[in-house]
Amino acid sequence: MNETVTDVQDISLAAEGIGVQLRSNAKITWEKFLQHKLAVISSLFLILLVALCFLAPLIAPYEFDAIDLMNIRKAPSLAHLLGTDALGRDLLTRLLYGGRISITIGLTAALLGTVVGTMIGSIAGYFGHWVDNLLMRLTDLAYSIPTLPLIIVISSYTDTQALGIVLIIGLFSWMQTARVVRGAILSVKENEYVTAARALGAKDRLIIIRHVLPNISNSIIVGATLGVGNAIITESSLSFLGLGVSPPTPTWGNMLMDSQATMSSQPWLTIFPGMAILLTVLCVNFIGDGLQDALDPTI
Amino acid sequence: MLRYVIKRTIQMIPLLFAISIVIFTIIQAAPGGPEGTLLDRGMFVDPAAIDAYRAKLGVDEPVVIQYFKWLGAMLTGDLGISFQTQRPVFDMILERMPDTLRLMGLSFIVAAIIAIPLGVFSAVKQYSTFDFVATGASFVAIAMPVFWFGLMLQYFFSVKLQWLPVAGTMTVGVGGFVDQLKHIIMPAAVLSLNSIAGWSRYMRSSMLGVLNQDYIRTAHSKGLSKKTVISVHAVKNASIPVVSVMTLDIARLFSGAVITETIFGWPGVGRMFIQAMHARDYPLLMGIMMMGSTMVVVFNLVADVIYAWLDPRISYE
Repeated sequence: MNETVTDVQDISLAAEGIGVQLRSNAKITWEKFLQHKLAVISSLFLILLVALCFLAPLIAPYEFDAIDLMNIRKAPSLAHLLGTDALGRDLLTRLLYGGRISITIGLTAALLGTVVGTMIGSIAGYFGHWVDNLLMRLTDLAYSIPTLPLIIVISSYTDTQALGIVLIIGLFSWMQTARVVRGAILSVKENEYVTAARALGAKDRLIIIRHVLPNISNSIIVGATLGVGNAIITESSLSFLGLGVSPPTPTWGNMLMDSQATMSSQPWLTIFPGMAILLTVLCVNFIGDGLQDALDPTI
Repeated sequence: MLRYVIKRTIQMIPLLFAISIVIFTIIQAAPGGPEGTLLDRGMFVDPAAIDAYRAKLGVDEPVVIQYFKWLGAMLTGDLGISFQTQRPVFDMILERMPDTLRLMGLSFIVAAIIAIPLGVFSAVKQYSTFDFVATGASFVAIAMPVFWFGLMLQYFFSVKLQWLPVAGTMTVGVGGFVDQLKHIIMPAAVLSLNSIAGWSRYMRSSMLGVLNQDYIRTAHSKGLSKKTVISVHAVKNASIPVVSVMTLDIARLFSGAVITETIFGWPGVGRMFIQAMHARDYPLLMGIMMMGSTMVVVFNLVADVIYAWLDPRISYE
């Protein structure tokens, strides 16, 4: 609504010969995002980190599973910048390889949670009545069981691999999104353009996807960003308890699995994977904060 | 008000009922029965002995019957018998509860004492260095895996500086107040960290919202000192939503306790949960999860009631 008014004003100003550029929504958002310095720095850092992790086979100094019994438990040095573990494996190499899995788990689990949450929330909000009632009671139910203990129990059933972790985390992290989306849809669906679309004979599915969801995309995107960080942290917590992705595949989480035992003698094995998680999640959350400001039409 | 509380309490019943079905189903989905732990260890066990063991634990009956037996017993306060210790689950939880409550209670108080002033000052001095540092610190706190923060504390304060004991609740044979305090500092710091970060940010934004209100401007223009306006008019109003969030978080502290107690060898319910998971002690797992869920549901109600009670603008209907 606001955008339309601005556009009309811009056009009338332009008609009066005053040089006003029409700016698209995406461009406005992009310019606002660039003003959030921390978010910009975080984005650059993350891009670099992701690039390094995914190019690990090319740039990593060693093989991630190369056991070197002559060099076990070595403190950081020139040969092994971040030291080696109990099997003499290079920590930096494993961090790079581990990042691929951890970041992928974070992204996909958050995506899954967001998609499920958006679907449930939009169906509940759009159709209302008993559908809404049923789905929201389901959401209440899922909210009422403490998530972490639940995830812990389910992951303890099998030797989990990355896909299993993604499914478990993703399927238990949709509730917040569902509630936010439902609330947003309840307010959006009263707008005239939704009534107009319905009057023109548009089907429900089309109305939701084409007219309603784009108008609430900001809350979905911000929620999804925060979900990435949460998923990375949950994966590491599960791994710490010995329930994450099984070795030898390194993830930042399972590199911390035995850290409590080795911490006093080889602290670098604990410090560096934790720092990797901390920095990544911090950057993701800063980006989320920047997106929130950039996507908020009232700022 | 009373009618509202009664109505909400009655609404809790079907929810708790549904929760019990979900928890029971998930535990039932576990591969391998309680005998799995024996088989995992590679022991040879006579199949007849396994059958007898299963019959003794009552897991040889049809699932639906098992559920209703469990539910029926639960309604009388009986959470079943632990596979591991053969003792009532209820007693085991009750035994561990004081240590968990002590840890959760201290963490809650510490978090509230730190988070609220932090949020207030951040908002009053918006965009100051203080605000910047506080906001930055809360971002870092939220981005940290809780267990890793615990490990770092252990590394610096126990291994390096040797100021604080690594784990446990007290030193055997010492056990005075100072000794107990030394033991609880790190676990409480770990458990309260996320709350401090979350609540202070919430308090900050709530304060910022209130500080722009007309009644604050009125209070200023009446000539009241800045201190009075902030402490009497602003903080009071800004705390209403924060108090409600804090109440909701009490139940969430329990999830944190699972990890915190495990790292610090704290003999509470959270650590018992992890031990029960490793031992596949299903009645104990179900009992603890039921207890955790009940806490969430109850504190949800408490939060809503407190909110309605503190904020006269909210109607009870």
